[in-house]
Amino acid sequence: MSPDALLSARGLRLSFGRIDALDGVDAEVFPGEVLAVVGESGSGKTTLLHALSGAMCPDAGAVSYRGPDGAVQDVHRMPAPALRALHRSDWGTVHQDPRQSLRMAVSAGGNVGERLMAQGARHYGDIRAAAIDWLREVEIAADRVDDLPRTFSGGMLQRLQIARTLVTQPRLVFMDEPTGGLDVSVQARLLDLIRGLVARLGVAVVLVTHDIAVARLLARRIVVMRAGRVVETGLTDQVLDDPQHPYTQLLVSSVLHA
Amino acid sequence: MNGYNFAYLDEQTKRMIRRALLKAVTIPGHQVPFGSREMPLPYGWGTGGIQVTASILGRADVLKVIDQGADDTTNAVSIRRFFARTAGVATTTRTADASVIQTRHRIPETLLREDQIIVYQVPQPEPLSKLEPSRAETRRMHALAEYGLMHVKLYEDIARIGAVTISYDYPVMVNGRHLMSPSPIPAFDTPKMDGMAALQLFGAGREKRIYAIPPYTSVKPLDFEDHPFRLTRAPHACALCGAGDSYLDEVVTDDRGGRMWVCSDTDFCAGRQPAGAA
Repeated sequence: MSPDALLSARGLRLSFGRIDALDGVDAEVFPGEVLAVVGESGSGKTTLLHALSGAMCPDAGAVSYRGPDGAVQDVHRMPAPALRALHRSDWGTVHQDPRQSLRMAVSAGGNVGERLMAQGARHYGDIRAAAIDWLREVEIAADRVDDLPRTFSGGMLQRLQIARTLVTQPRLVFMDEPTGGLDVSVQARLLDLIRGLVARLGVAVVLVTHDIAVARLLARRIVVMRAGRVVETGLTDQVLDDPQHPYTQLLVSSVLHA
Repeated sequence: MNGYNFAYLDEQTKRMIRRALLKAVTIPGHQVPFGSREMPLPYGWGTGGIQVTASILGRADVLKVIDQGADDTTNAVSIRRFFARTAGVATTTRTADASVIQTRHRIPETLLREDQIIVYQVPQPEPLSKLEPSRAETRRMHALAEYGLMHVKLYEDIARIGAVTISYDYPVMVNGRHLMSPSPIPAFDTPKMDGMAALQLFGAGREKRIYAIPPYTSVKPLDFEDHPFRLTRAPHACALCGAGDSYLDEVVTDDRGGRMWVCSDTDFCAGRQPAGAA
């Protein structure tokens, strides 16, 4: 892997029966950058995310991660407790459906505090203060801290999920369609929020999206996938303004302009 | 009793349970699966405790059985009579005279000694059961000592009500490693488990789990640094013996709001009353 890369994947292959979901994919994520993975449904975007985060083991290839101490670890060879610890502290995941990761029967504050408590925080006052701080960060009023997530709107739930993920100050966050299923104005506010937080915290993000506009707004670099292969990669503006591969040209030209 | 083996269970079953007990003692607080047998009493009445007692009972043992602290309630009387008939062992109601004490929902007020064993009846051995529905996942959490979720429950209690509201079956950390359900004893009793001189054995018949706390093992109730574990006790003295430090039962005495507070531990209470009064 490159000397300054945070996460690096080499030659990832993964097939589901006769379907090659990943067919020799290389990718690298550098500290503090947002890498967008775009492509149509079934192109292998989400499978790539699962392979990178260790949730799915590829048939071939390796994923390496450089920890805060500089040591490089193979994500798929490390012991399960170490990978779980990584997911609890240094990494975070934002799902498309916030209900997948939030505990709906636990208050907003408890949801945000869970990762802190999992890391061993045992001071109620500190945990609560951190939870309120993070609710403010994601523009949720502090007096909602004891409310249950089911009283929140879709956009608020997504922001709550982001607060819950970022509370432990991870270095790398995996996001799978974070703005999917939200209406346009809510989406715009959420994108603005993610862009601000990511820039200020210097957290690296792997962002899977089918929405070219989301990629353009958030990502510095972009990976275009089709049928399990990377067809084009480069700086976002470069790839989207001057697409070289016919598929990328098709993808960019099919975006509707209001 | 004719036709039955000593203490009802056959010797093979006792050996299997003793092996589980030995493993449980070596890993304090860890739940060991065992082949729970059908017992001649319903689940929830102490099938786990009765199997553990049957496996450790010897001819020279003196057995005491309590239910909610009392020696004279149905569950206590029938289990005590069961072993008197099937094992022919001596029984007692005096805590100090017993070598084996089987209990449901209480720890005696009298301090237990090194030569005594206390057997708890456990309905639900998994402390995380209400928070995580998957047993595969809770086993993984125990294996990796990932107990943050239990603190989320405590956090929720303090955030909503201002204090931890668990009044019985209060989750404890055993030997600084395993999260354990102390069985539905009142939170008032959990400090008695810490560093207890007697061997503590737990049997859950329906859930088929055995666990144990060896003598002098640390048992700490979960809490937050700024919300430490606090004992709660009814603010009364016992109406019969005047004890101000024992765990009390509230007894309704008539249909006009009359009530009295008495020690839940009947043996402790009787021992404190003047001779002939009890």
